[in-house]
Amino acid sequence: MNIFTTFKLALRALWRNKVRTLLTMLGIVFGIGAVIAMVAGGQGAQASVKEVFQSLGTNVLIVTNSSTQSFGAAGGAGSRLSITWDDMTALEAEVPTIKWIAPLLQARNTQIASEDNNWNTQVNGTTATWFKIRNWEAAEGVVFDEDTGGGNAKIAVVGRTVATQLFGESSALNQVIRIAGQPYEVVGVLASKGQGPMGDNDDIVVIPVKTYQQKLSKGLGKYIQGQLLVSTAEDNQAETTIAKITAVLRDRHKLDTTQEDDFRIRNPAEFAKAQQDSTERIAMLLAIVAAVSLFVGGIGVMNIMLVSVIERTREIGIRMAVGAKPIDVMTQFLVEAIVLAAVGGALGLLVGYGAAQYMADYFGWKFFFPADTAAIAFGVAGGVGIGFGLYPAIRASQLDPITALRYET
Amino acid sequence: MPAPLIEMRGIERTYVMGDNLVHALRGVDLTIDKGASIAIMGTSGSGKSTMMNIMGCLDQPSKGSYMLNGKDVARLSKSQLADVRGRMIGFVFQSFNLLSRTTALENVEMPLMYQGVGARDRHRRAMAALERVNLKGREDHQPNQLSGGQQQRVAIARALVTDAPVIMADEPTGNLDSKTSHEVMGILQGLVAEGRTVILVTHESDIAAFAARVITLRDGLIIDDKQQTPVKAEVAA
Repeated sequence: MNIFTTFKLALRALWRNKVRTLLTMLGIVFGIGAVIAMVAGGQGAQASVKEVFQSLGTNVLIVTNSSTQSFGAAGGAGSRLSITWDDMTALEAEVPTIKWIAPLLQARNTQIASEDNNWNTQVNGTTATWFKIRNWEAAEGVVFDEDTGGGNAKIAVVGRTVATQLFGESSALNQVIRIAGQPYEVVGVLASKGQGPMGDNDDIVVIPVKTYQQKLSKGLGKYIQGQLLVSTAEDNQAETTIAKITAVLRDRHKLDTTQEDDFRIRNPAEFAKAQQDSTERIAMLLAIVAAVSLFVGGIGVMNIMLVSVIERTREIGIRMAVGAKPIDVMTQFLVEAIVLAAVGGALGLLVGYGAAQYMADYFGWKFFFPADTAAIAFGVAGGVGIGFGLYPAIRASQLDPITALRYET
Repeated sequence: MPAPLIEMRGIERTYVMGDNLVHALRGVDLTIDKGASIAIMGTSGSGKSTMMNIMGCLDQPSKGSYMLNGKDVARLSKSQLADVRGRMIGFVFQSFNLLSRTTALENVEMPLMYQGVGARDRHRRAMAALERVNLKGREDHQPNQLSGGQQQRVAIARALVTDAPVIMADEPTGNLDSKTSHEVMGILQGLVAEGRTVILVTHESDIAAFAARVITLRDGLIIDDKQQTPVKAEVAA
């Protein structure tokens, strides 16, 4: 019998039991859908973790004032000041693996305004070096150079989101924005970086650190009311740099061996790596669960095919009597199982695609449609059809025509 | 003289049923010429069903030789046997054995599918076969929309669509009333007139009366083999 006729027969047989076919198919639909959604979700989560890691800048270390310990209650990182501006200069001079070092003073939830609009954002006070560490350039205008970054002019570089919120379609460049009542000239608009670990990377205003101290903080003091961002020259220098910074700061702060560090050094790369590892592990687990559900769907197919073979024993007998060879009967049932699984697989692709997109939207991940996984999943669906359809099909083909003809349903 | 269509020599068939060995056939010799009209009679347990199964290539003898159209079919594989069945034998069963929820036309086309006949050819031949059994216009009816006699005629159309030389009819009128039985027997006699070999398996002597030769089995052996003038079935106008 030619394959086209076989497919037609299979479709008709499946169509006859619509509800049963649909229910059996659902197992495959959700199995395949789950595999695709989980793999897509896993890739999306990993990509977003990776993006976070990259948006922080590579080879970056963060040095903060340590938290206070007063009567056992931790006051949060930076609540006790210990790092001075002189410390920064000393670190730059004494730690050879430091490529760049920049202070970062942050005021979250700061109200800013243009002529027509206002917006609540994060204002950073830093130097020209910070842009190098973040590997961030201006899309329009300029970022700070040594002079402007080190000075106390009332100038600002704004992120894309801020520019849009305050000035809409028109250019923010050379416009005036007000921060805490003071006017600032916008000298640059940053290239868009999209979503980051703390939300929107582009929701930011950057002003010179001295200006920040004078206008938004307590003036030019001895201590850095924020953190230091350190960038190492090479990827693998984090460990040695941390050790060296620790030594220099302990020495400068005159800490003896019994005293704890009065500062903290964080390595975001390590954090990101750990997060990436755990994301990967969770994604793997979910994919395994999804694969199990696909397997269960396959068992459903086998179950129904076995029932179908028994129900249609008489039909098998009739077909054999009129000349169907065992291979014809086997092919018929196998093709039915394959069609069932393949159609289920195709629907599963749609379900998986939809679920992946929904998850990407919901969690703010980049949408990934794992085309290779989809192809594999579809192949697996076909494989499930063959794998779980084969046994019932063989049983059908091994029936004795005489017994089958006499079978009473 | 051409070789006989069916030539059986020393056919034996034993089954294992539980711990017992059942000898269904104990050495049957039978020769049937092409174009014959023959009835195989016997009570239940006489071995006539086994006989029909072996003749129809649904089953194989435990011992003996079976030449069908000059070819030894006693030792063929399942697959080869199916092929021989498809080409040589057309079955008509007591319970019709049509596929339910399948139209008359599709039922008749089915044997041709397994011979790889193309869709257009299949359709043409199946329509011709249905016409042959006076069912033109009913091709789109499903079995449950047809009367018993009509269903049996669909089954006959299915048996003759392949141009099989042998039609094996197992109690073909067992589920039909006497008028319809006559119709069906009339069609079968018509097939004999066309040169086909019709083998009836029955336990009813008035059905056997339509055949030209009656063979009687008892306990797995042929005990009687006689020629007769067949009763002519009156075909309903």
